[in-house]
Amino acid sequence: MPAALIRIENLRFRWADDADFCLDIPLLEVHAGERVFLHGPSGSGKSTLLGLLGGVLVPERGRLHLLGSELTQLRPAARDRFRADHVGFLFQLFNLIPYLSVVDNVLLSCRFSARRLARATAAGNSPAAEAHRLLTQLDLDASLHGRQVTRLSVGQQQRVAAARALIGQPEIVIADEPTSALDTERQVAFLELLRDECDRSGSTLLFVSHDRRLAAGFDRQLSLATGGGVSAGGSA
Amino acid sequence: MRWLLILAARSAWNRRLTLGMTLVAVALSVTLLLGVERVRHEARNSFALSVSGTDLVVGARTSAVQLMLYAVFRLGEASNNIRWQSYQAIAADPAVAWAIPLSLGDSHHGLPVLGTTGAYFEHFRYGDGQPLSFAAGAPFSGLFETVLGAEVADRLGYRLGDRIVISHGMGDTGLAEHDDKPFTVVGILARTGTPVDRTLHVSLEAIEAIHLDWAGGAPLPGLSIPAEYVRKFDLQPKEITAALIGLKSRAAVFRLQRKINNHPGEPLLAVLPGVALDQLWQMVGFAERTLLAVSAMVVAVGLAGLVAVILASLGERRRELAILRSVGARPGELFFLLSAEALFVTLLGALLGVALLALLTTLLAPLVQAHFGLSLSAQWVTSDELQLLAAVVAAGLLASLVPGYSAYRLSLADGLTPRL
Repeated sequence: MPAALIRIENLRFRWADDADFCLDIPLLEVHAGERVFLHGPSGSGKSTLLGLLGGVLVPERGRLHLLGSELTQLRPAARDRFRADHVGFLFQLFNLIPYLSVVDNVLLSCRFSARRLARATAAGNSPAAEAHRLLTQLDLDASLHGRQVTRLSVGQQQRVAAARALIGQPEIVIADEPTSALDTERQVAFLELLRDECDRSGSTLLFVSHDRRLAAGFDRQLSLATGGGVSAGGSA
Repeated sequence: MRWLLILAARSAWNRRLTLGMTLVAVALSVTLLLGVERVRHEARNSFALSVSGTDLVVGARTSAVQLMLYAVFRLGEASNNIRWQSYQAIAADPAVAWAIPLSLGDSHHGLPVLGTTGAYFEHFRYGDGQPLSFAAGAPFSGLFETVLGAEVADRLGYRLGDRIVISHGMGDTGLAEHDDKPFTVVGILARTGTPVDRTLHVSLEAIEAIHLDWAGGAPLPGLSIPAEYVRKFDLQPKEITAALIGLKSRAAVFRLQRKINNHPGEPLLAVLPGVALDQLWQMVGFAERTLLAVSAMVVAVGLAGLVAVILASLGERRRELAILRSVGARPGELFFLLSAEALFVTLLGALLGVALLALLTTLLAPLVQAHFGLSLSAQWVTSDELQLLAAVVAAGLLASLVPGYSAYRLSLADGLTPRL
């Protein structure tokens, strides 16, 4: 078995202003290329876990191993750099910066990471051309690429956000309920696009949702219990 | 870094309406601050340029500043006159090179009428020692002739040969007119940028002549002396208001000053123009500093408004900050982003303020010149003003740290998911 891409051990996190809540993860492993569905009802600490994986939160104790780096050992600036270089995030809603164009929103990832800029242009494309390619790949019609982002539908906005998470082929893509604002039919279509693109760029996908119906098509299912524990939810 | 600046600019443009209003507030406050400084500077300048080469100003005993104000700047009125004999005694002193008698008290359309002699056109100096020169005509030689300052001729539209009537006393309306003895314009002086421009010059004898049939500030009832007969009277002045004295050698100035101040016939005062001006600046210095402090407060209010607007926008921008965090922005970069916005508006406001001041001084210069005799130069910025601008920008930089720090704190607290 190859070394895990993400490995969380004996991790424990508590908010300073919320004594009742405690995220406690004895062991969580995600391997390269895996597509993992992480089920978590609200209040289970999904956002907290994302913050930990993104390196904006630091656990009270335990180990947080990503791509061979021990996040807990890095300085804050190095964690920010790590996130910019290796992790693409995709959120529930309002993923885009309203005053930037569609293409500039996609390229935002490359602005903060020279590594992702280099990888986005490795094939000889200009950054903008690569953004257009990805957007088209994600089924966003070329006529929409020049539109103001605030005039796109929610589904279109999420596809722009997905392109931003994927550009420059980050090793890890973390999606936090990206489909919750879409109707069922579009949810399925969006998920398929996202998984296909992750496969294409070789990114490992960690998909977080409270909705188990979306778990189909993922390699593995994990569960965050209310109160902050994690358990294997059986494979789908 | 460059990208962050672009991002800050685009974000600011996205909220251009609210930021635009605060920009206007900052710009106006900068205009006010620089305007106060500009007027202060120009006022001092024009006062300092009003008299040159005069060693002593002599008048009835009063304060040095008041004597300067009415004798040189034609502001306010003399409380007392000095006797003609006293003037003649001073003028005859061997140390004196020249003396110019000044007789004030009458006016024309609110502008002062000055009775003097030909020595005025010969010896009076202003600015860096420039003599008066004529734009048209020549000094008065006849009794009812007048020489106009440039501003008088401009504002009232007078030309050589025009006939004008002098009013008794100072003021604009409700004055008795010396309308039985009109004056002919025989000369118009070139512009000097000093109170001379606002003055009508006539001879001392003419002042005497128009008051022959007057007593106590009104025409004597039943007595009227027609203009053609006044020459039969003794037109030797009995009193004058003040005198400007030039010395053969400046070394004698303190001795002569002491001599005049101890004049046996009547209480007189002799002042050195430079010393009197220094006293004047000491007096108005407090008012100037107060005015400058008030305009500095207005700038502070403008900057506080700017900070308030940016802080208010921060609430709506928490999501945006989280997105930037998620793609790898450091909290320090978000600090920079928000600070740059405040600093950007401050800089633009300062520039706009300077432009507005230049525009205003250009537009208002003729008005200010006409009403206050101040020549506002429509230059960009002087080095003093540059220092004020630098202070404004420094204050803006300090103020910009507030939204910067707020964004920094917020991004650390929110992480990737703002808890709205």
